[in-house]
Amino acid sequence: MHVPDGFINAPVSAAAGVVAAGAVAVSLRGARRELDERTAPLAGLVAAFIFAVQMLNFPVAAGTSGHLLGGALAAILVGPYTGVLCVSVVLLMQGILFADGGLTALGVNITVMAVVTTVVAYAVFRGLVKVLPKKRPSITVSAFAAAVLSVPAAAAAFTLVYAVGGTTDVPIGQVLTAMVGVHVLIGIGEATITALTVGAVIAVRPDLVYGARGLTAPLKLRVNGELVDAPAAEPEPAPVAARSPRKLLLAGLATSLVLAGFVSFYASASPDGLEKVAADKGIDAKAEDHATADSPLADYGVEGVTNARLSGGLAGVIGVGVTVVAGTGVFWAVRKRRTNETSPASTSDIPENV
Amino acid sequence: MGAGHTHKLYRHGHSPVHALPPHTKLTAVFAFVVVVVSTPREAVWAFALYAALLGTVAYAARVPASFLLKRLLIEVPFVAFAVLMPFVAQGERVDVLGMSLSVNGLWGAWNVLAKGTLGVAASVLLAATTELRELLLGLQRLGLPPLLVQIASFMIRYGDVITDEMRRMRIARESRGFEARGVRHWGVLAKSAGALFIRSYERGERVHLAMISRGYAGSMPVIDEVTASRAQWSYALTLPCAALVVCLLGWAL
Repeated sequence: MHVPDGFINAPVSAAAGVVAAGAVAVSLRGARRELDERTAPLAGLVAAFIFAVQMLNFPVAAGTSGHLLGGALAAILVGPYTGVLCVSVVLLMQGILFADGGLTALGVNITVMAVVTTVVAYAVFRGLVKVLPKKRPSITVSAFAAAVLSVPAAAAAFTLVYAVGGTTDVPIGQVLTAMVGVHVLIGIGEATITALTVGAVIAVRPDLVYGARGLTAPLKLRVNGELVDAPAAEPEPAPVAARSPRKLLLAGLATSLVLAGFVSFYASASPDGLEKVAADKGIDAKAEDHATADSPLADYGVEGVTNARLSGGLAGVIGVGVTVVAGTGVFWAVRKRRTNETSPASTSDIPENV
Repeated sequence: MGAGHTHKLYRHGHSPVHALPPHTKLTAVFAFVVVVVSTPREAVWAFALYAALLGTVAYAARVPASFLLKRLLIEVPFVAFAVLMPFVAQGERVDVLGMSLSVNGLWGAWNVLAKGTLGVAASVLLAATTELRELLLGLQRLGLPPLLVQIASFMIRYGDVITDEMRRMRIARESRGFEARGVRHWGVLAKSAGALFIRSYERGERVHLAMISRGYAGSMPVIDEVTASRAQWSYALTLPCAALVVCLLGWAL
């Protein structure tokens, strides 16, 4: 599913890159909360695990086999933030080292395969765990449902990106049907493997499964033949902090970026049908050269690049850029104020409990 | 562990391309790919020129063509996708060899094939001339968050260890007569994956303790700061600049 260079046009790739960078920045902060100061080695090792487990082949029938994608598994085992981070790092390294997935398509790849998969999987998982009884089988069931939905969700997200910035006008309905259809099948395989793997980990080390926190029964001691609650010695694993206004701000920023980028492209794409008729009839055969000559950045693969689309695309790029600058300004301002507030507590972070 | 730390994608050498600082190479490759992606697909000759540019780099780096071509095979799944495009795309159609193909789809297929191949070739050249550690240093130098670089470096360092652990588990399974033949055996494989996760996680905890005991306080010391002189920058940026000229010509003509 790695998207190569040239598959998605340049402006949409850039917009996806911005979204991906924002998501990775948010998950870097979130992962510090999930793993505290152990983030670097643990997230690194989990990324190595995902990288390795993607090579584990699961035979389906004679000759064919599939492998795990790992987004849902990572989200359930180590939490959504660390999950996004690990899958993103795996994608980054695959792109740079193995040339698997284009460098300019890295943003698209991270957005679709790391962010959408992990976030959808974790949202479904959390929702189901809340609803279902607090027992181990319900974790497995939720893991299955989360993984089975996450893969077609990623396929749908890819189709959306393709609809906005694809370089060939394949009918979108067909792309959606084909992508989601194939990925529902892949999703069933992924879900089975994910659920089995989560079940295997829960059977041995339930404390390691991030999604199963809160399921551990309190420790009992048998004193003189009767069960007594053990003294609360074990400190609870640090709960993920409540939603801070900054998180909300960041989420809003990301959403507005997506909207600004994508809506402008939609707006610019809509007259394209009309213009295409004109192009087919040879009306604007000359306009093409003039319109495109002065913009090397606009790679619209659609036949008959016209003024309306070009200016719309450029406006989109500029809009995204302005939004990024403005957003970064707000972000920095907020962060500066917050670090000023909290600096005395957070400066010396050297752990004492080692 | 000293010997095992070069990845098999890297070709040891002492060419001028090998000697360039990593962040200049990363910048050059990224700029080159951006320029390639921005080129209009109708300018077929431009892509030939790009390929020639990459060929020159490969020659300067003394990377043999067979090595490059072999590594290009990673693209094959998308070639299959590109081949399908002319059949499903819309727009006016032409008859080629008795098949009705979409003109737009043909252009789309060409677009993906040409740009994708050039992108892969550029990345392969980068990986072939730059050591892993250098790449990570270069990424850090280019402003990737240090935490992300640390995670990536742990992934790279322990990737082989974890993969080897997985291989040993497979050997253990097979030496006990297990052979995965179908869906019925997924349970066993999933248990292996679960065990692999627990081992990786626990190894991560041990690595963290080992780091703490050696004075780790949240950031890695930078021992060898990479710097690039103006000459090295201009040498590295020759590639994207030449590509940009081609691209501008492609838009102008």
